[in-house]
Amino acid sequence: MTNLSVLYDAPGPRARRWHAVYAVVFVLLFLALAWWVYGELDDKHQLDGEKWEPFINDGNVWTTFLLPGLRKTLEAAGLALVIALPLGAIFGIGRLSDHWWIRRPCDVVVEFFRAIPVLLMIVFANEAYAQWSTVDRDIRPMYALVTGLVLYNASVLAEIVRAGVLSLPRGQEDAGRALGLRKGQIMTNVLLPQAVTAMLPAIISQLVVIVKDTTLGGAILSYQELLSAARLISSNYSNTIAAYTVAAAIFVVINFLLSQLAGWLERRIRRGTRGTGAVVAQGPADLGDGATGNLETTVAPPAPPATVAKG
Amino acid sequence: MFDFLDLDEYDLFGAFWTTIQLTFFAGVGSLIWGTVLAAMRVSPVPVMRAFGTAYVNIFRNIPLTLIIVFCSIGLGQTLRVTMFTDGSVDPTNYRLAILGFVVYTSAFVCEALRSGINTVPVGQAEAARALGLSFSQVLRLIVLPQAFRSVIAPLANILIALTKNTTVASAIGVAEAAALMSEMIENEAQLIPIALLFALGFIILTLPTGLLLGWVAKRMAVKR
Repeated sequence: MTNLSVLYDAPGPRARRWHAVYAVVFVLLFLALAWWVYGELDDKHQLDGEKWEPFINDGNVWTTFLLPGLRKTLEAAGLALVIALPLGAIFGIGRLSDHWWIRRPCDVVVEFFRAIPVLLMIVFANEAYAQWSTVDRDIRPMYALVTGLVLYNASVLAEIVRAGVLSLPRGQEDAGRALGLRKGQIMTNVLLPQAVTAMLPAIISQLVVIVKDTTLGGAILSYQELLSAARLISSNYSNTIAAYTVAAAIFVVINFLLSQLAGWLERRIRRGTRGTGAVVAQGPADLGDGATGNLETTVAPPAPPATVAKG
Repeated sequence: MFDFLDLDEYDLFGAFWTTIQLTFFAGVGSLIWGTVLAAMRVSPVPVMRAFGTAYVNIFRNIPLTLIIVFCSIGLGQTLRVTMFTDGSVDPTNYRLAILGFVVYTSAFVCEALRSGINTVPVGQAEAARALGLSFSQVLRLIVLPQAFRSVIAPLANILIALTKNTTVASAIGVAEAAALMSEMIENEAQLIPIALLFALGFIILTLPTGLLLGWVAKRMAVKR
């Protein structure tokens, strides 16, 4: 039921009048809420020009706080993804192994780290670095944050890799075997390169989750990312509402663009004639903040060939 | 090995009980608000559709941590929102945290439900319309009941994710499991046993949820 207008009849004159009434009532309710919020904000002097004006006129807000914060957010997210990808690939392939003594440990590790909140891992990593390593105190939050994110996201990516490999037609593996390739060769030369296409949208969606999770580092370890930047701005300019709103807007823009990219790639792959057309589903399960839960990573079937005549 | 576990000093079960409570209230709230949002997103009124789409796209893309911190500092401290408490910090932050979880999680519930609506065959809605049912009747009586049955598994994932996400409330000082873990790590010298204990706690919370709801999802699935 992709075209949702199937849920209601094409509106006639009476239905159109009713829809207009609903629309007006809804807009009025919304405006009433907006008016109340406006009143509250104005009452607490949060809408004064001086609280918002620094974001336009004062370059310092951007060069000292927001942009460095954004850079640190992207640094931590990028680093976490780059480290988690190969780890995830190893565990994902490990779970597909023919040998139980490789498969089972990989299963246990992946399931364990997916069941635990990222925040616990970050707190644990921070303390572990403090006790057993010589990592400098200044850089420790970054290490701890990236470690926590890697542990969690590697286990999620492992599932994505596994689903990607499983999405390929069986013939690929059979053909590789018929050519006399060894199991490792089949995986690295035949299966993985093709699976990457199917996995790409899901990996980018996971990047959105990672970007969002970097804020945990700001909130509990005082890693100087975008959320910390917002806190600093609000204490410097005493414009709490404005600072957090701008930070939230930056996050929305970045993550929205990433999601659009993932969606575009997915549609392109489905349409494409070169690959298998299978895509690792990322649907509603791609929640934020350690949210993927016991995601049953599923594989969406390829779209039917476009040439089939519609009856 | 577990001699750090002085239950008089550390209220372990109380902390996990708070986690469960947060999950429960936020879960019920998100389910209700998410269903309303999903209904808006498929409704024939364009303004409501636009609102639903905008809501989901905005709140799905804001980090939960930012939402929770904003609830405490922005709503609580700056705007003096008391959430019907007497205004003291702890109960206010507790309720504001639930509000934050609902605001965030309902966007995902909405998306899950919408994809559930997509799995209901077109003929169901067409037949309902042929019988002369209105939009709200089609949705209430025909489509949503089937959609709900097909999204139990995704909703279970969201619930598990929510359980883990409640740890973020420790960032604004709600005394749940993660906050207690940080405190214990600070005071006691046994990092690994403490971490394992709390990891085990969350596994005990999330694993049965997943298994139970997975079983329910299989039983309730509409056979087609």
